Amino acid sequence: MHRLRNIPSYVYLVLALSFIYLPVVVLVLFSFQDGVLPVFPFTGPSLQWYEKMLANDRLVESLGNSIMVALLSSLVTTVLGFLAAYGMARRKPRFAGGVRFVLMAPLTVSYLIIGMGLLITLNMIGIPKSLFAVGLGHVVINLPLCFAIIYSQFGDHLRNIDWAARDLGASDGQTLFRVIAPIMKPSLLASFCLSATLSWDEFIIAFLLSRFDVTLPVIIFEMLRAGLTPEVNAAGTMVFAISMLTIGITAICMFIAFRGKK
Amino acid sequence: MSDPVGDNKKLKGCEFSRWATQPALIFTLIFFVTPLAIMVVISFWQRVSGKLVATWSGANYIKFFGTDYLLESLINSIEVTLATTVISVLLAYPLAYILAFRISPKWQKIILIFAVLPFWTAYVVRSYSWLLVISENGIINYVLTSLGIVDQPLEMAYTRGATILGFVHFFTMLLTLTIYANLVQIKPSYQKAAEDLGASKLQVFLRITLPLSIPGVAVGAFITFVIAIGDYITPQILGGGTEVLVPQAIMLQVSRAANFPMASVMSITLMLVIVVVYVITAKHLKMDRV
Repeated sequence: MHRLRNIPSYVYLVLALSFIYLPVVVLVLFSFQDGVLPVFPFTGPSLQWYEKMLANDRLVESLGNSIMVALLSSLVTTVLGFLAAYGMARRKPRFAGGVRFVLMAPLTVSYLIIGMGLLITLNMIGIPKSLFAVGLGHVVINLPLCFAIIYSQFGDHLRNIDWAARDLGASDGQTLFRVIAPIMKPSLLASFCLSATLSWDEFIIAFLLSRFDVTLPVIIFEMLRAGLTPEVNAAGTMVFAISMLTIGITAICMFIAFRGKK
Repeated sequence: MSDPVGDNKKLKGCEFSRWATQPALIFTLIFFVTPLAIMVVISFWQRVSGKLVATWSGANYIKFFGTDYLLESLINSIEVTLATTVISVLLAYPLAYILAFRISPKWQKIILIFAVLPFWTAYVVRSYSWLLVISENGIINYVLTSLGIVDQPLEMAYTRGATILGFVHFFTMLLTLTIYANLVQIKPSYQKAAEDLGASKLQVFLRITLPLSIPGVAVGAFITFVIAIGDYITPQILGGGTEVLVPQAIMLQVSRAANFPMASVMSITLMLVIVVVYVITAKHLKMDRV
């Protein structure tokens, strides 16, 4: 009886999951296509489009750019987020509510608008469109998330550990980098990886703020003008695989962070 | 507390921790708050023969709301975003409900993670993947024509429906997460109490579960609205050139005309729409909690 009643639920579950996975399966499957069109009939498997992709100099170069922007912007974001979370948790600064509001505000504004504003502003100060500008944009969009993740992990016990370290004669720097940071390592890593994944995948800010050196999503967008081709499938599958890897590491870090807190 | 050395150290710590918040705060002020302020100022400037002239004139706003195709982009955006939000909620709610109440706790987390994994497919590629499914020679048309159901391939790509499909796919995953997180927090005792008092299954859902899950729906719907209305890629790739949404109109102003005042007007209008939606959502949240 119980099982029978649940059948409509299972049917819906399977249908919903099929809907969610349909484009992913099609994307990955036809990256191994042996023809020029990534549609039925499937004639593979073949790795020719992966070879072609890796022979595409602009794509490989943009891959390097993307990794560099993701790593550097995430490093800056995590350091800024960690310091801010420490400052807020260690002793509430004056106007704590206001500070938190400003730090979290970028979350409620579209990336497009943040990118536009940066484009106009950097234009005025005279910073040219570049990967550096893209990195700045990615720090802006990721800082609220990193701050929130790290701040949520600062408990009262850390305040006591902080005091204990100072009582034992540790300087500010020693307390922060040799006591607090090691304890916070899982959430620092989690925020670094999450920020790197979001930067790695970000399109509109990278599109607006870069000129000659571009990131991978921008190159893929340019490749789309040629229509459907298994080369884009191959590039997309690679991006997905790398995102999965980083997300996996993030999940493990978060798991350790939360277990550590309990 | 009376130990002078200890006090001194605490004082030093306080100064340092106050300093620690500054870099992030200053960074956000320079690269987020200032750009937005500059956009507000520039939206009142004029562009005269390719150069920006500092004025305080509402001419850009009048032009935006007075020009048919510009105003239309705003109406299109609101329609597409509302349709996206409503359809996504309708699809995600049953999914979240089934996960929370019909699946054993052991499997819930695993299926949930599995259901939101494609969330991380590359942003640009996600829309492209749907083209593979719905385009003229895509999967659906291949199946339909080879089964002889249709003679001519259906035109599904490059329409408003295609844009909404791409959005719904993405936001169903997001909403499933927020609604599920809310549903599992509802105490089972509430539902049991209602049943004991003679409520039918439908009554329990309509009068206990549904009202208690509104915050999760509201949060997810708000995020959906904010992200969808500002998205350029999905309408650009899947919608094609059939109609223009505000983000596409903004990009046209920036890339073709370098008309930053007009682009600023549209960006600010988008932000105002989001503020209005926030006020509505926040109000609903409070009303349901009372």
